[in-house]
Amino acid sequence: MSEPSAPAGSDLHAQQVRKFWLQDKLFHHATQLFAFVVLAALVGILVSLTIEAWPSIKGFGPSFLWTNIWSVPDDEYGALAAIYGTVVTSVLALLIAVPISFGIALFLTEICPVWLRRPLGTAIELLAGIPSIVYGIWGLFVFAPLFAEYIQPPLQALLGDVPVIGSWFSGPPIGVGILTASIVLSMMVIPFIASVMRDVFETVPNELRESAYSVGCTTWEVVRSVVLPYTRVGVIGGIMLGLGRALGETMAVTFVIGNANRINGSLFAPGTSIASTLANEFGEADPGLHIASLFELGLVLFILTFVVLAISRWLISRSMGSEGL
Amino acid sequence: MNLYNRRIWVNRIGITLSMIAMSLGLIALLWILWTLFSKGFAALSWDLFTQDTPAPGTDGGGLRNAIVGSGLILFFSMLISTPIGILAGIYLAEYGRVSKFASFTRFMTDIMLSAPSIVIGLFVYALFVVTTGGFSGWAGSLALALIAIPVVVRTTENMLKLVPTSLREAAFAVGAPRWQVSLKITLRAVKSGVATGVLLAMARITGETAPLLFTALNNQFFSTNMAEPMGNLPVVIYQFALSPYDNWVNLAWGGALLIALVVLAVNIGVRVAFRNKYKR
Repeated sequence: MSEPSAPAGSDLHAQQVRKFWLQDKLFHHATQLFAFVVLAALVGILVSLTIEAWPSIKGFGPSFLWTNIWSVPDDEYGALAAIYGTVVTSVLALLIAVPISFGIALFLTEICPVWLRRPLGTAIELLAGIPSIVYGIWGLFVFAPLFAEYIQPPLQALLGDVPVIGSWFSGPPIGVGILTASIVLSMMVIPFIASVMRDVFETVPNELRESAYSVGCTTWEVVRSVVLPYTRVGVIGGIMLGLGRALGETMAVTFVIGNANRINGSLFAPGTSIASTLANEFGEADPGLHIASLFELGLVLFILTFVVLAISRWLISRSMGSEGL
Repeated sequence: MNLYNRRIWVNRIGITLSMIAMSLGLIALLWILWTLFSKGFAALSWDLFTQDTPAPGTDGGGLRNAIVGSGLILFFSMLISTPIGILAGIYLAEYGRVSKFASFTRFMTDIMLSAPSIVIGLFVYALFVVTTGGFSGWAGSLALALIAIPVVVRTTENMLKLVPTSLREAAFAVGAPRWQVSLKITLRAVKSGVATGVLLAMARITGETAPLLFTALNNQFFSTNMAEPMGNLPVVIYQFALSPYDNWVNLAWGGALLIALVVLAVNIGVRVAFRNKYKR
């Protein structure tokens, strides 16, 4: 757009046009500035966390990531236990959440009568709306005691003697621990994965479905051979979104993971995650290496979730067209 | 078993499993809600709204300071995030359909929607708490605003995209400048949808705990001074639930019920109100 020329203040109409032109330019740049705020926040997070973590990054080097020590008295820190807890709980949560989310999305798009779709879909979305602290106290006071009494002992009796995986179920059944955290996490990410799966399943053209039904396919075969191949990319995007959510979840995990800063082979044992270490220790951290190490943990978590979420968004937007979610 | 029977049985098993998955989801929702209501209503009383949080090990008390603190922090974070979010959304929808900067921003906004909220808390701590010299209600508002902004941006943009181009062209044709078309025509056409986005953003941050731990911190006493540490429901619930005192745990359930009621009321309310508007 080039500046409209106005003959020196004589033509009222030209003045008006010029005024509008200036206002438009101002408005354009003002809105652009606010859009820039989001980007600035993202870059700001990276920069400020790096600055605050610098003593730890310089002091421990890259071995911070694979050192299994977290000792406040010795002022020595390594992130391995927290990274282990974060990754194990998130992956286990996905192992539980993905099949259930798939079942829910399948039910909502292919099986459910049309009049029930809306209320049931809303119910699943409400599960996503419940604040994570509510999951946390529910997990600690209701789920963990029941889990310790009715699920852990039979699980131990059933699988405890099996070679290799037996040790995963060893130790006292105390309710809180890695496995409990994974189960509560899976409940939290199911609504996210299920909603994405439902949305991408709905992008399958009905002609494709109907032609499959018309040659005699069962509902299961339609889903397996038509819907899933058509929506593969979006489904993986939805799973990655769930992973991104699970990695960064704080409150629910902090309540039920047991908060023990060590690696134990058993899934019944208490552990820690990056987010729960931050929630527990940051408030009372000593200045110096301790707080810098906590900032470095935060930086690791941010980069990890950023990569996972970026892949997820890219896959989902590819699958759903330019609309995105 | 012949092939025909086998296919029928595979189908039946698949459908049954899918129904089981659906019922598991519903059971989880009902279980959590039932626990929340039964334990929360037991803790509900007038004292909850008229008394402040009690000292460790004492009886009675309520959540007045936390409720007021949460209200203030939420109010100011929405005051910050609503204009920023709406204007950024206008940029993405009206100016950014083809620009590379806009699609990059859109992508990053989507990532920020799911970014771990505890990292936002760390960021505000480093940026604001350290430089201003202490925990404060303002820091809490800022952290929550950063979480709310992406929600407002994306709903505003999605709503504006629903406005037919012909409406914009009609306004341009009678000589309206672009900013007037954006603010007075298209934004007004979808104002209830944008309001929904703002409400949902509020619901989203109402229960956020992690970012408040290192920003607003907590305050045992009643305070309306945003420059001081401020009591707020999520952090009080967190501290009280993990305490050994029965009275505190009880209050934590009461607080959790209050938060969940607000969040559920907003979520259900906007869905009922907009059931038939804006079909995606």
